Amino acid sequence: MQVFSIIIAALLSENYVLVKFLGICPFLGVSKRINAALGMGFAVTFVMTLASLMCWCVYQLLILLNLAYMQTVAFILVIASIVQLVEMFLRKKVPGLYNALGVYLPLITTNCAVLAVVLVNAQKNYSLLLSLINGCASGLGFLLAIVLFASLREQVDRADTPDCFKGAPISLVAAGLLAMAFMGFSGMRF
Amino acid sequence: MDILIAIALLGGLSLAFGLILAFASKVFYVKTNPKLDELNECLPCANCGGCGYAGCSGYAEAVLKGEASLDKCALGGNEAAQAMAAVVGAEAVEVKRKVALVRCSGEHSYDEEGNLIAGSKAKGTYEGVRDCNVAAKVGGYGPLSCEYGCLGFGTCVKACKYDAISIKNGVAVVDEDLCVGCMACAKVCPRELIIPVDPGRNVVIACHSIAKGVVTSKVCTVGCIGCGLCKKNCPNDAITVTNNLAVIDYTKCDNCGKCATVCPKKLIRDSNVENLPDLGSIPTLTNPEVGMK
Repeated sequence: MQVFSIIIAALLSENYVLVKFLGICPFLGVSKRINAALGMGFAVTFVMTLASLMCWCVYQLLILLNLAYMQTVAFILVIASIVQLVEMFLRKKVPGLYNALGVYLPLITTNCAVLAVVLVNAQKNYSLLLSLINGCASGLGFLLAIVLFASLREQVDRADTPDCFKGAPISLVAAGLLAMAFMGFSGMRF
Repeated sequence: MDILIAIALLGGLSLAFGLILAFASKVFYVKTNPKLDELNECLPCANCGGCGYAGCSGYAEAVLKGEASLDKCALGGNEAAQAMAAVVGAEAVEVKRKVALVRCSGEHSYDEEGNLIAGSKAKGTYEGVRDCNVAAKVGGYGPLSCEYGCLGFGTCVKACKYDAISIKNGVAVVDEDLCVGCMACAKVCPRELIIPVDPGRNVVIACHSIAKGVVTSKVCTVGCIGCGLCKKNCPNDAITVTNNLAVIDYTKCDNCGKCATVCPKKLIRDSNVENLPDLGSIPTLTNPEVGMK
């Protein structure tokens, strides 16, 4: 049951982008086209899952040495390294995906949603399995949010917006409305 | 003591990750062809997509693999083609600059009482999304009476990265000094009105209506009715009339401008001569949507 509630929370009621307002930079930056948004979403999902795994190991080490207060610094180190490693791996082994993700891949390093996921894992003392599930579901929540937002923006692009609202302002308004829609999930508990 | 452990642990972790990354960069090292960078430098880096590849680097890769010809870059033109030829060691063909031409002169111009002075009539009031691709799908070929004419909602204007195209009196007009010929506008135009032409020419046939002459003259004051006067008067046989529409073959045309003077509808335009007296007297409409009302 806990697994189910973690998944629902990460996907909808505690969505990192639309409810906790984390990872807004790639959310706004890479949501002009659905295709790019999909690529970014999957990349973030992958990195979040991997980061949950690695950071769980590092966190156990920190607890062992009574250094839990160093978690933020250590996690940033781990995430940055993972993204670098993933980038190198993709470039060599899956150049197609590497080209498709392009600049978004290193961007994930600075995505604070990734850091938030591993910090929540540590804070709630999740086991390895639960950490992995939380990481994966949070990533999928990000994917859901960014793809929804990208489809909104594709429609808004075609609409006749007043000059003062063109571009970023109308996008931010749309993001706000989408976030309000997600507020509707806030009472859901299992 | 605690601080020492913290330093040692984080230092150790950093060292470990650093070593892993250093090792990984050896394992996953990807060889890139140094010619690729040289090719990239030949291209203008505008990433307009006019060549059909994903940005300039995509085109450079295709050239390197021999998949693409050297003449695809409209912005770089001849210069880029020659420079790339020097890098890949191939013979370059001379690339001539092209510019976009919007084949419509149907400004939706009305006098103060709402009578059509020049151009194509509007069918009714269109209140939908201001986008040509959307408007063109509205019942019966869009809000314009002429089903071939420019809708004037500026989808091509949005597509142009060089600010070379604008809407004047409800019809898209290309600024030939700014146009680089990438034809991004042509790809988004639902009416397929925009074609690449030689910038050196004076004479253009600014209409794309293949409807019968009777139909065309009913819906537009400046539509080609296929009368063939231009063909008869052309000293070089450069004009053909197919599907009720006159077309100039620029390989034969010598820009004499006779067709422009004889055209009864004044849709053949000679940039050397102001041959549009009735259009010149119309006050410029600042709001292109007026024509749609």
